[in-house]
Amino acid sequence: MSTKPSNNNFTIKIANVNGTGSASANGLLMKSLFRLGLPVVGKNYFPSNIQGLPTWYEIRVSEKGYLARSGRVDVMVAMNAETYQQDLDGVAPGGILIYDSTWPRHKMLAREDITIIGVPLSKMCNENFPSARARILMKNVVYVGVVAALLDIDLDIIRGLLNETFAKKVSLLDGNQLAIDLGYNYAKEHFECPLPYTASVIEREGKGSDIMIDGNTASGLGSVYAGATVCAWYPITPSTSLIEGYKQYCEVTRKDPETGKNNYCIVQAEDELAAMGMVLGASWNGARAFTSTSGPGVSLMSEFLGYGYFSEIPAVLFNVQRCGPSTGMPTRTQQSDILSSAYASHGDTKHVCLFPADPEECFYMAADAFDLAEHLQTPVLVLSDLDIGMNDWMCPELKWDESYQPDRGEVLTKEQLEEMDVFHRYVDASGDGVAPRTLPGTHPTGAYFTRGSGHNMYGAYTEDAGEYQQVVDRLLVKWDTAKTLVPKPVVESDNASIGFISIGSCDHAVREARDELAAAGIAADYMRVRAFPFDQDVQDFIDAHDRLYIIEQNRDAQLKSLMRLELSLDDSKSHSILHYNGLPMTAGFVVDAVNEDLARGKAA
Amino acid sequence: MSFMKKPKVRHPGLPVNDLGLTARDYEGGMSTLCAGCGHDSITSALVQAAHELSIPPHGFAKLSGIGCSSKTPAYFLGASHGLNSCHGRMPSVATGANAANRDLYYVGVSGDGDSLSIGFGQFAHAMRRNVNMIYLVENNGVYGLTKGQFSASADVGSTAKKGDANMQPPIDPCQAALTLGATFVARSFSGDKEQLVPLLKAGLMHNGFGMIDIISPCVTFNDHVGSTKSYEYSRQHFHKAIQADFVPPSTEIKAQYADGEAMPVELHDGSKIVLRKVDDAYDPTDKAAAAAYLRDRQALGEITTGLLYIDEAQPEMHDLAGSSEVPMSKIPYDVLNPGSDMLKKIQSRMR
Repeated sequence: MSTKPSNNNFTIKIANVNGTGSASANGLLMKSLFRLGLPVVGKNYFPSNIQGLPTWYEIRVSEKGYLARSGRVDVMVAMNAETYQQDLDGVAPGGILIYDSTWPRHKMLAREDITIIGVPLSKMCNENFPSARARILMKNVVYVGVVAALLDIDLDIIRGLLNETFAKKVSLLDGNQLAIDLGYNYAKEHFECPLPYTASVIEREGKGSDIMIDGNTASGLGSVYAGATVCAWYPITPSTSLIEGYKQYCEVTRKDPETGKNNYCIVQAEDELAAMGMVLGASWNGARAFTSTSGPGVSLMSEFLGYGYFSEIPAVLFNVQRCGPSTGMPTRTQQSDILSSAYASHGDTKHVCLFPADPEECFYMAADAFDLAEHLQTPVLVLSDLDIGMNDWMCPELKWDESYQPDRGEVLTKEQLEEMDVFHRYVDASGDGVAPRTLPGTHPTGAYFTRGSGHNMYGAYTEDAGEYQQVVDRLLVKWDTAKTLVPKPVVESDNASIGFISIGSCDHAVREARDELAAAGIAADYMRVRAFPFDQDVQDFIDAHDRLYIIEQNRDAQLKSLMRLELSLDDSKSHSILHYNGLPMTAGFVVDAVNEDLARGKAA
Repeated sequence: MSFMKKPKVRHPGLPVNDLGLTARDYEGGMSTLCAGCGHDSITSALVQAAHELSIPPHGFAKLSGIGCSSKTPAYFLGASHGLNSCHGRMPSVATGANAANRDLYYVGVSGDGDSLSIGFGQFAHAMRRNVNMIYLVENNGVYGLTKGQFSASADVGSTAKKGDANMQPPIDPCQAALTLGATFVARSFSGDKEQLVPLLKAGLMHNGFGMIDIISPCVTFNDHVGSTKSYEYSRQHFHKAIQADFVPPSTEIKAQYADGEAMPVELHDGSKIVLRKVDDAYDPTDKAAAAAYLRDRQALGEITTGLLYIDEAQPEMHDLAGSSEVPMSKIPYDVLNPGSDMLKKIQSRMR
């Protein structure tokens, strides 16, 4: 468990019923804390359902910037009778639970070690709002006012946010302002400082420039900046909002001012197989094309991923991972597609994978993905996850380098083809494993046949043993080239004997755990892998440590397995720390696992 | 004989098109299909159609799935890029290719195996999207390349070479196409070039998805007594409902048609398809009537051929999407890049 709450360090959790408008109220609360200057994170725990089931929103505030799930609840707003018991049980000792006291609570639902506060939210709303819909919506805004009072949040900040939000819908503004005041005033009148901590304004580097964004929006925006023009997709939780993000920003930035026509083409495919087929067709024909899906979609796309690998066509696939296997838990997070992404499809295949840790990396890695896909002429999978994709993260301001030019890879032009007698598709003159390609319609000399069946370096169909092997061996040369191009791991080293290896959204929890362990005298270096294939830096880190903890969010230690397959990794010195129940990992989980392992080591 | 390269000689008397090219310039490699295969005749008709339309030989993109018919793109339009995709998955690749560059002429070659079972979903949705391409179902009632299993177009009671009878109802690509909103539906026979070539030209120039079901007998696995897709059976049971002539924009319609007999359909570039009813009862612009006609004739054991349905007024995929006239693949990055100021502006709402 992370440390007890204090000023600007606490976790609020709101339990609600989905489909009742709680999301905007929760966002208001989160944003107001953010505007104080405090590092915050907002995590959604929503059901795989449209309306009527339990949903939770968890806000962690951490002045030091520890933004992994804390694993504790200091303030619980219990708005859902269905989950009241478990919400009550989940409050940390010394914490506070707020409930709607319009209706009486059952006597049995008591706890001596927390403070339970009743606020007549429904009664207040019924008295102040005429319509049924307003009463449901405003109830949530009232509790925001209550929490603001308890934490002593400056009301002007909230009022300012409301003014901005409802600038174009003034009729709603008054209602929201009233709701905030109702909650705030009731709390101030009836409760004298039940909380031993508050949320106050701070100044820090990044305040005023940092943004709040989710990973899917960042990936969509990044794809616009990368110059992607064709997007083919099929809806699946939790990746749909990535496409929505791409579309939203295209509508604003990709309309020709004179003709009003779109400089992008989005096709909603009939299924994931078709989506990947469209991506490959578009890339083959010279457009930057991508799709977004989750684990089940990658399974469906695997045939085409192998096709793209062997016929050497670029593609970008955003895999926003969720809990598997099979349909799994569509609204819970996991990192369990590492192996199936790295080796997607039958036969000898290996795919370039990128592993962003947060929305900031989602944005920049979009351009990396397209550059790599076209340079290497191969599918590239960006492995995000639900925690990154659909939660509200704080990130430094995103910046675009105006000098960026997309790497389109080696594509022969009409002029070049005019000088040539003959063109052969799979001839690698430079020795880097990549053979120049041509685009349809450019010039007759450039014509060639693309096929997933055995082919030779001239692009002709073959069943010849030597010719076939020559091509697949060249793909390994290309793989070695990829090692020099993919994002390097992030390494923090103090020459400790213990090393943490981790990936993606584990990052915040690992860094917080590392600090906690260091304070207790246990030093550990940390490497965060950011891409597959692994480059020499990854092997060097493995070699430089006596004990390695490989921390990931899946049951079968897939990152460790991938390292064992591709690198030299001594089993006896590596220990897996695996978190895979669908919730984002906490620092406490890592600390406990490390301590347990060290104790075992001492006992032995 | 397919190991021999075709000699690059040109008879001086060969007719040339508007580009000064002969049909030889639209050919591909030597076929490796069985001697007498219907697909080779379709290939030949395609070469003729492409040549007569005077489209530059590299202005096409030819795509296919997996199967005997899917091998044929290697045998025509050698100067165009070709792509042999996964089984049943050519429509999606063609859709994506078209999305990237709307200016090329897309030829999709498939078979009854590739399109009516594994590929049925993609076949249906490419038609619904009205992707601007021509789509050939080279239909022989069997899976040729895997040696003779029934396909979904095999008629009830028709027998395989070993004698097993198919008892599942057939899928008729034309009736399916009508139901799915296709804007150009035709059927022909590999052996009838006179009918087929104008249909291919019309399909290529049609602004939208041009579906042509071409009965193409498999001499090795389905040309025996008991097959309903053999040369003999086809010739006996064909029923021409309508004859289509393709007239390029520059040519005036010279043929004389008796009153009420000819129905010209104008295409977007000014060329015309002139439809001559062979059967007075047939109206290729009335979808419901066409569907009923096909169904009724099928019940009598007849295979209706010709340009069965055409609707030139429907928007194709890019029209519906509001796509720029400049192909996606050709828009410069400077135009696509929103710039760092826009990024600042977007983020101003995220604080």
